[in-house]
Amino acid sequence: MAQFKSPADLARTRQRIISRRARKRFIAINASGTCGLAYGSDQVFQAFVAEIERQGLTEQVGVRATGCLGFCENSPIAIIFPEEISYFRVKPSDVPEIVSKTLAGKKLVNRLLYKDGNGKKIVREGEIPFYKHQSRIVFGNNRLIDPKSIDDYIALGGYSALSKALFEMSPEEVVETVKRANLRGRGGGGFPTGKKWETTRNAPGEIKFVIVNADEGDPGAYMDRSLLEGNPHSVLEGLIIGAYAIGSHEGYVYVRQEYPLAVENLFIALNQAREYGLLGKNIIGSGFNFDVAIHRGAGAFVSGESSALMTAIEGRVGEPRPKYIRTAVSGIRERPSNLNNVETWATVPLIISKGADWFTSIGTAESKGTKIFSLVGKVNNTGLVEVPMGMTLREIIYDIGGGIRQGKKFKAVQTGGPSGGCLPESLIDIPVDFDELTKVGSMMGSGGMIVMDEDDCMVDVARYFLTFLAEESCGKCIPCREGIRQMLHILIRICDGQGQTGDIELLEELSEVIQDASLCALGTTAPNPVLSTIRNFRDEYEEHVKERRCPSGVCKALISYYIQPERCQACLLCLRECPVGAITGGKNLVHVIDQDKCTKCGTCLEVCPPRFAAVLILSGEPVPAAPPQGTKVERTKGTQQ
Amino acid sequence: MAQKLSKIDRIIAKYQADKSALIQMLLEIQRENRWLPPKALERLSQRLGIPTNQIYHIATFYKAFSLIPQGRHAVSVCLGTACHVRGAPRLLDRVTDALCIGPGETSTDMKFTLSTVNCLGCCALGPVMVVDGEYHGNPSGKEIKRVIAMCD
Repeated sequence: MAQFKSPADLARTRQRIISRRARKRFIAINASGTCGLAYGSDQVFQAFVAEIERQGLTEQVGVRATGCLGFCENSPIAIIFPEEISYFRVKPSDVPEIVSKTLAGKKLVNRLLYKDGNGKKIVREGEIPFYKHQSRIVFGNNRLIDPKSIDDYIALGGYSALSKALFEMSPEEVVETVKRANLRGRGGGGFPTGKKWETTRNAPGEIKFVIVNADEGDPGAYMDRSLLEGNPHSVLEGLIIGAYAIGSHEGYVYVRQEYPLAVENLFIALNQAREYGLLGKNIIGSGFNFDVAIHRGAGAFVSGESSALMTAIEGRVGEPRPKYIRTAVSGIRERPSNLNNVETWATVPLIISKGADWFTSIGTAESKGTKIFSLVGKVNNTGLVEVPMGMTLREIIYDIGGGIRQGKKFKAVQTGGPSGGCLPESLIDIPVDFDELTKVGSMMGSGGMIVMDEDDCMVDVARYFLTFLAEESCGKCIPCREGIRQMLHILIRICDGQGQTGDIELLEELSEVIQDASLCALGTTAPNPVLSTIRNFRDEYEEHVKERRCPSGVCKALISYYIQPERCQACLLCLRECPVGAITGGKNLVHVIDQDKCTKCGTCLEVCPPRFAAVLILSGEPVPAAPPQGTKVERTKGTQQ
Repeated sequence: MAQKLSKIDRIIAKYQADKSALIQMLLEIQRENRWLPPKALERLSQRLGIPTNQIYHIATFYKAFSLIPQGRHAVSVCLGTACHVRGAPRLLDRVTDALCIGPGETSTDMKFTLSTVNCLGCCALGPVMVVDGEYHGNPSGKEIKRVIAMCD
């Protein structure tokens, strides 16, 4: 492969790739993304390759294994371009039919099309409500790219932003453009990227570093992984542009080892970029030198913090250190080091190509552009969504997410991961941007958005996050290490029905100390999940403490499972499935749970057929006395066995 | 053991005995052995000139490393937020019952190690159990038993 020696070389190669593909249709299957693979998309991909060859269509149709296509819920997904015909939940056995009907002919396979709430079938991807309300400027190219092919990226105009930066702009102009675009860090804090670049650029010293932070640790957030897996070159191009602007010749990608596919695709991308002369010495003949090394993180949430991450790159334990001097001035080996998140880097080429004005035309006054969220939890359409800043939570959850699963009632949405908070229904109409979320006591974070319904207990959620944080606190500073542990003790006590008067106030008091006295952001934001749930759901805490009641029926110590004798149809299901044999009864005999034996595993509730719905969760009230042994069931109409 | 040590030397050579690549070397040793044998850590210490206590500092800090041998089959349950609200604690209880070992434990016959993870990023499948890299979304009690029985 020849190295690009000039922008013209890059443009020529691009033209060659495009003309070679001119008339070819292609089908994209999300077989190069972790979630797609979990759904078996690789088998679907293999089936397409084999079937297209069998039907002699290899000349007309290309098959592409792409990264995440966003709509996880309906994986495996196959999209046929250029028409954008989208098939969902495709099985290998569907493949011959798709190939002969849609690829060889012009017919649709109706049963695999998307069906909206009214049962109407939708053919084109862009018309499906889940996609229609999004603006996928960063994430959208995933569907057009095989991440293992640099040619796919170049065909879409990839690396032309780098070429523009290197040959048409001075480093100062690049920094200025990013500053004018008001790009803010997508990893959580929302610090202005251009300003950070400028600080590192102006910091004294010849050797400077640029780093991609791909240590995505927030549980429930996976957009960075999906970008790295699905479009690694976009991140890389952003990084090289940043390096040029800052005056750095060495870069790192810090990526979690839990993301093996991202690591693999990134290695391939780096090698391809080197072969094309997009990395290494004299990039595209510009005289600019830059190369990148990959550092795999070994699994520590706190290592995603900038100073901790840089310490880990040095080969030491990734603990945060005081930032009297910012890492932008003194980071890796005490050199100026600029760290940005994956999504931030991937946005840079777009800003350089299309200009700061284009970027600032999207979003709100202080938060520009789009943000990728992982919309998960009790929502109908689980997946990754990219929306302009300023869209309301309601639009995201209902218009894109399709509302709450199983017709349940919305209770809260958790944003910002362990540093964020739970927002109740009264706040669901706020526009989502960096400042609005902070104002209501949560934060943007890396973009996790976990939807919760009436069955979720907010005290339990707070306990969940504190358990996570207690485990992940590095232990270096006492307020964080001991404070979180104390708060967790209290939360466990409350969930166990041992809450004491004053516990809620004590949690608030401890929170204040941890916020004020911790060293890094893990500690200073750790109380957020507790404070936001106390603020927005205080009555739930009080019910736990005062009435020993868990209104959502989650906290095991506060609930009992009970079979309503008048509804039980003696189907024997729960009796057989109960793992501890706590259910007595028999054929035609009402089933009864022995409360002393019951471990509250919930199996009986799960297996009881919905048409009987005989099992109840009781909390804060005594379990009614069991009917006398041998009570026969009352057969309700239509439930005869 | 000599053979094992030569493997470790190969890993060290791959990173040109660069001290700052210590974590990367440990990751490779972990992957090859499914744990970090003390002999390997001593060798690293000698070859890189890093005190063993510093190596243990790293080995105990990160979740990816284990100082005790791991079972042949890795079973993990995702405890990410999305899985949590969809019933991960109950799934973990069931898997614990089925394997007769708790999270972080290895069965005495070295067949299984059960672990928990804080988000695998396939939230649509949640709650998720992973057995030797295979994902199982919201498995029923029966399916858990079936999957476990299939491991030899």
